[in-house]
Amino acid sequence: MPMQILNLFAALMLLLTFAMLGQRKIMTLIQLFVLHGLMVVASAILIAYQTHNHHLYYSAALTFAVKVVVIPLILRKLLLSLSVKREVDPLVNVPTTMLIGIVLVIIAFNLAIPVAALSSSIASGTLGIALACIFLSFMMMLVRSNAVPQVIGFLSMENGLFFAATAVTDGMPLLVELGVALAVVGGTLVVGLFMFQMREHFDDLNVRNLEQHKEE
Amino acid sequence: MSAYYEFFSQALEMVVALAAAPLLTGWVNQCRSWLQNKTAPSLFQPHRMLHKLFTKEAVIAETASPLFRLEPYIIFGCMTLACGIIPTLSTSLPLSPAADAIALVGLLALGRVFLALAAMDIGTAFGTLGARREMFVAFLAEPALLMVLFSVSLITRSTSLTAIVYDLTHRPLAIYPSLAFAGIAFTMVLLAENARIPVDNPATHLELTMIHEAMILEHSGRNLALMEWSASLKLYAYLCLGITIFFPWGIPDTGHPFGLILALPILAAKLAVGGILIALIETASAKLRIFRVPEFLAMAFLLAVVGMLVHFLLGA
Amino acid sequence: MADLRLMDCIFGVAVGWLAIGICGLLLIRHTRFVARVLFPLSALVGCVLGFAGIVSTFGQIQTSLLPIGLPNLPFHVRIDNLSSYFLFVQGIVTTGVSLFSAGYFSREEDTPAGLICLEYHLCIASIVLLLIADDAYAFLFAWEIMSLTATALVVAHHKDPEVRYAGYLYFLIAHIGAFCLLFCFGLLGINTDDYAFASIRLQRPDLMVGSFIFFLALFGFGAKAGFLPLHIWLPEAHPAAPSPISALMSAFILKTGIYGILRVSLDLLPIQVWWWGGIALAIGLATALFGVVLSAVQTDMKRLLAYSSIENIGLILAGIGLSILFKAYGMYALAALSLTAALFHVASHAAFKSLLFVGTGSVLHSTGERNLGRLGGLMRFMPWTAWAALIGSLAASGLPPLGGFVSEWLLLQSFLLTPGLPNSFLNMLIPIATATIVLVGALAAYVMVKFFGVIYLGQPREQKLNDAHDAGVWERIGFSWLVIACVGLGLFPVHVVQALDRVTHLLLGDGIGNAVAASGWLQLVPDTSERASYMPVVFLVVLLACCIVAYLLVRHVYHVKTRRSGPWACGFPIMNARMQDTAEGFGQPIRHVFGPFFRMERTLPSAFDKKPVYKIKIEDPLWAWFYRPIAAITEFVSSIVGLIQQRRIAVYLLYTFLTLMFLLLVINQ
Repeated sequence: MPMQILNLFAALMLLLTFAMLGQRKIMTLIQLFVLHGLMVVASAILIAYQTHNHHLYYSAALTFAVKVVVIPLILRKLLLSLSVKREVDPLVNVPTTMLIGIVLVIIAFNLAIPVAALSSSIASGTLGIALACIFLSFMMMLVRSNAVPQVIGFLSMENGLFFAATAVTDGMPLLVELGVALAVVGGTLVVGLFMFQMREHFDDLNVRNLEQHKEE
Repeated sequence: MSAYYEFFSQALEMVVALAAAPLLTGWVNQCRSWLQNKTAPSLFQPHRMLHKLFTKEAVIAETASPLFRLEPYIIFGCMTLACGIIPTLSTSLPLSPAADAIALVGLLALGRVFLALAAMDIGTAFGTLGARREMFVAFLAEPALLMVLFSVSLITRSTSLTAIVYDLTHRPLAIYPSLAFAGIAFTMVLLAENARIPVDNPATHLELTMIHEAMILEHSGRNLALMEWSASLKLYAYLCLGITIFFPWGIPDTGHPFGLILALPILAAKLAVGGILIALIETASAKLRIFRVPEFLAMAFLLAVVGMLVHFLLGA
Repeated sequence: MADLRLMDCIFGVAVGWLAIGICGLLLIRHTRFVARVLFPLSALVGCVLGFAGIVSTFGQIQTSLLPIGLPNLPFHVRIDNLSSYFLFVQGIVTTGVSLFSAGYFSREEDTPAGLICLEYHLCIASIVLLLIADDAYAFLFAWEIMSLTATALVVAHHKDPEVRYAGYLYFLIAHIGAFCLLFCFGLLGINTDDYAFASIRLQRPDLMVGSFIFFLALFGFGAKAGFLPLHIWLPEAHPAAPSPISALMSAFILKTGIYGILRVSLDLLPIQVWWWGGIALAIGLATALFGVVLSAVQTDMKRLLAYSSIENIGLILAGIGLSILFKAYGMYALAALSLTAALFHVASHAAFKSLLFVGTGSVLHSTGERNLGRLGGLMRFMPWTAWAALIGSLAASGLPPLGGFVSEWLLLQSFLLTPGLPNSFLNMLIPIATATIVLVGALAAYVMVKFFGVIYLGQPREQKLNDAHDAGVWERIGFSWLVIACVGLGLFPVHVVQALDRVTHLLLGDGIGNAVAASGWLQLVPDTSERASYMPVVFLVVLLACCIVAYLLVRHVYHVKTRRSGPWACGFPIMNARMQDTAEGFGQPIRHVFGPFFRMERTLPSAFDKKPVYKIKIEDPLWAWFYRPIAAITEFVSSIVGLIQQRRIAVYLLYTFLTLMFLLLVINQ
């Protein structure tokens, strides 16, 4: 039974990643990202409960604090204060994005099968899904021309990494986890600063505007 | 004895479908009105509407061909047969070896093709517009529905609907992640095929935004009654299909003589919940622009495909 | 001698057709005689062939030697289950097409009817020889005659430059394919001394040679069958030919390519490799998707049907590729199921496509129009043609209970019954392949609604359509025959599947015949009854019962009259025929979604034009990506080689002298 709930959480995570990929409205994107983080936290807690691995509880709490509470709050505040366009136009149209997503999912699933066979964790079957989430988030960073979806892509990639780590090895060492969390928060602050500057110069968060600023 | 039971349950299923489909439409309209803080029409309003239409004179355009006159009956027959194939009250139906899940989708497609042809028959701008849009929505929705049914058939190792129900109800309770994907995809397809918001507004009067309504503009009297009834039957069939695949518990097998009696209220309860959900989704969404609809349906299609892939990965 | 009776029957058919053809040549100007007597005779012979074909499918393999051929290399012929199935399909198709031609060719055309009769009968006789050929020489000889006569038939309206161009393109690509086939058979027979298939079957080529053979065969037969990217001649040649010829070409000549691939890859090559099947599957799916998307945006009714043929051939190739894939992994039962699906589709496509094409022939004769934008509302003036075309369109959309649905059903079952390929990557490609096939099926329905709706329904878009007259007697007989074929294939698939079981046993060693036979003739069960079953007759009967009961109840309970009036059209006062959807309009959503598949040139009117003009030209992108670069390279190379041509006698004498010197020096070593 816990195996099945874990599979369900993994499937929901993949579902949410796809939904984020196809989403045009930024506010909904942030809400989906919150749910995404919740899924990761829930599965980490479940694995911690099953394997009596206490430091996984701490990792889960950290992820909850950072990914579900702090960062979405920052992003929402940024979005409201910058008052930019709330819709995203993708670089590549949505059906093509979905098709490429499917191909990435197949590649991820096939890469994961031999690796999962070596692992001894209870959630090893979900490595493929975690890898797929990572690939899809990376693609989200690639095909969006707006800064906010790119940040969210980066953050959900980190979510996927955390999930993969818990799935295969029962979690990364706590020190590593702390370091990654710090890097993520720092990175978000930097990007937030970036967004302010872009807003100042271009009135718009489209990163393609940066392309004009090449060295002459 | 069991042969009589089979034929009886089959006939009962079809009669219940015919009577209950307008009731279901009435219930969805009621829920929608309540959610929008309006006074709801009576639950039997669609029945009264059908009766009124049947008693009216049918006006047919001069440019109509013989196909136009036959087509309401053909579509009605297709939808009735579809309701007969989907197991709602029993898993021992004599029609079940005649048509499996793929044939069911083919049957719905047959109804839809005739509907589109009837819309093109009179040769007005709105009819052909509706036909074009309906086939457009269908070309993505039908594959998505087929992929959902395939996900289920991979789990139950059968495409026959009664075998699917039997298998799912006799397994130990388990959560199938691939069915989670399939469920979302199925809901999206249901909304698209039955002309609900966010794909099409069933209560609109603006012709340029219509898909389904535009196709039945030229029908009147008993033809319009049959078309409205067919649309209700289609919604009923889709909801029953969803119940069959995702919540099949409560459908009795052969050899449970009192199972039929219990099955009716269980079915009614499930349909009521389904109706509330549809009304909720309709009230909470806005209608999509016509060229955002392929994105919506492509998402459904690809979710169904991902569901199948997840099945291959997790074995569930 | 008794067991050679079927062989003699088939010979008799071929000789009979040749005789009819020569009669036509001798009576070249007697159009009415040719049309009313010779073509119905040929239909009768076709009937005999169909019957002989289906009987010999259940019989033994028979071989023989023909007295013609090269010295010491007579033609070997062999009738086995695969040939007899294709002969059966040919019999059905040619009967229907010949019956229709009896009415169609009774009018004067550019080419005299007697000449068309000769070319037609030469073509179908050569196809018979092709299907029973048992050595490479006979095969290629028959292949060449078929290509030549088919080209001659395509340019029947030779006064039109576009038709001549189409014939030239067909001829060119057919011979590029034949060139590859020459190499292919050369490689196959490399260690034999008589190129007979019997000795080729005993060979054991290694992997590399075998792969070369397979891909040469795929390319060579693909040029005839119309796989991507060698389909380029199909949309030109099939519309250019007269309609019965288009019907024959689409329905059967394309299938000779399929026959060739089956013969080479499953019969002559001893083992198959999984990636051959995978590549064939991929090409098949790409062809199918490309064909159906392009057919959705056509404005010429025959080009639409031509692209639809490309789609169906793609589906058949996908089934064959899947079959090879399963066989390579030793899953013979599944390979048999997909091969059965592909072969069933050969028959059902032949039936419905020939029906649709001969329907367009009637429309063309009575209205003179091929452009969808100038047709419409023909159901009132041409009811026979319209109802026949309705059956054809429903079958082409893959709707139950007609023939197109059965093959799709079987193919999808073969995807779903798979317990899993050993290679997990391939296993995950199965849902993708399934998804593509169902998408192609849904788009095919879209295309057929457009085809039938724009031509036969609605209001006539031109004044002259009001004078359209319906098809003649012979044409109606032809329609009826093909309609019976479509419906029969849909309602009685079990008999055909049992015949196909013999074919799959020959090629793969297994078949679904046992499962099918266990359930009786009403029910089609590929595996077990719990997994999947389909009963088309019951389906149709119950459906009709529901419709009729509804009709009776409504009419008897509510006695209400009907009134005729003008169209409602939402109360808009001015509604004329020009306001209906055009063919471009109906295809616009597909054009919007599948933009990258086309090259499109559009002139849009602006709001300020006094005389707004809308022009759109949609071109096959492979011309620009593939063929024009190749043509440019060829011209470039030939211009360089052309430097040798100096047009001076002294230079040519110099070449001769230099060559002589060179040879003498070489021989001296």
